[in-house]
Amino acid sequence: MYDFNTLYEPTTVEEALKLKKQHPEALILAGGSDILIKLREGKLAGSDLISIYRLDDLRGVSLEKDGTIVIRPLTSFSGITIHPVVKQYIPVLGEAVDQIGGPQIRNIGTIGGNICNGVTSADSATTLKAYDAILELSSEDGVRLLPYNDFNLGPGRVDMGPEEILTAIRIPKESYERTYGHYIKYAKRKAMDIATLGCSVNVRLSEDKKRIERLRIAFGVAAPTPIRAVSAEQEANGQPIGEDLLERIAEKTLADVMPRSSWRASKEFRLHLVKELARRAATAAIEKAGGKIHG
Amino acid sequence: MANKLITCTVNGKRREYFIDVRSSLSDMLRGNEGLTSIKHGCDVGECGACTVLIDGLPFNSCIYLAIWAEGKDILTLEGLSDVKGAVSDIQQAFIDEGAVQCGFCTPGFIMSSIPIITQEKPSSREEIRKLVAGNLCRCTGYEKIIDAIQKTQAKRIRERKTSNGE
Repeated sequence: MYDFNTLYEPTTVEEALKLKKQHPEALILAGGSDILIKLREGKLAGSDLISIYRLDDLRGVSLEKDGTIVIRPLTSFSGITIHPVVKQYIPVLGEAVDQIGGPQIRNIGTIGGNICNGVTSADSATTLKAYDAILELSSEDGVRLLPYNDFNLGPGRVDMGPEEILTAIRIPKESYERTYGHYIKYAKRKAMDIATLGCSVNVRLSEDKKRIERLRIAFGVAAPTPIRAVSAEQEANGQPIGEDLLERIAEKTLADVMPRSSWRASKEFRLHLVKELARRAATAAIEKAGGKIHG
Repeated sequence: MANKLITCTVNGKRREYFIDVRSSLSDMLRGNEGLTSIKHGCDVGECGACTVLIDGLPFNSCIYLAIWAEGKDILTLEGLSDVKGAVSDIQQAFIDEGAVQCGFCTPGFIMSSIPIITQEKPSSREEIRKLVAGNLCRCTGYEKIIDAIQKTQAKRIRERKTSNGE
């Protein structure tokens, strides 16, 4: 038995929003792979829960007419990885979430839960930040669109009102078209582990594939929240591809991050990882895009 | 505390359970149906000893609310043997390969292996490792488990080819 108080089970999104307004203190339960575990540990004893897991309207991925990719928040990690729209346009997201936990966790864990938790290690967060995802936050009073890059306020704290529920994650076409991405998760084990550091890069090259038209880079566990490395991006944009550019990008990332020491790794090791993963992920993304680092 | 009537299919049979809404799926299936192949190992989704298939996919039943099972098709290890109780090929392979020592993790491993052995193409050992990464075994060192899964998968692929007259 889980130690919670009242469980609300809305059968429609409208009903869920109504319940959230009536019970703003109640926790939204998606796949439960964080909340049910915290309940087992007694950390959330006595909480009220609103289970939205069975709301199929909030599950799935689609492509809108204007090219926007819409990811519904209850889509499981395995559902993201196998989805044809993800595979075709943003395969790096599918590859990133395929490194979470193990198969059972990837079947239950949801992408919405992953980002609403607000933890810095969320494997989906870096790629969504690097793609300038826009969050659709709904309440009974209406819909609010918020850039995901403005969502995290601190460790475990996000810009979501007590009456709001995440109802979609949107990635505009302008963000992903002609881009190639790569994600590296550095962890102690190949599975069932939390990232010591995560780095997601996506790049759009010029037509002759000799220059970087636009590069985006985001880190997990390099700061209290997942972050974009804006200085490194500015260093890269418009520049000719080459080994010295990769070195400059890697060096610049240090201006954007502020990792800390934890039992997983020291601050110094994380800073080393920031540079090295940035270099490796950027190299892989450029190569996927058809660019050549040497000559 | 609130109770609720849940209707689902368990090992091919339609079942109704009247449960406390605070139950996990593992609580419901062990407590109401006596399916003791489901082990309460870690109870937090780390060890995989409670793995069951829900609509064909592996889930940790310890971190799955029982009420979510409404209308679902659930398969546990007990559902693998035939009506006379004879074990299935994957269970026999675990025995033959020495993939069972203390046995506590075995039902979970076997359930995780079902989606692997039903694949059409042969999996590498590395691919199998990734697909059983959510299950822990403290005895065997995993090699024998992977042998059992790989051999059963190969056997099923051979059998399908034979029955297709290839």
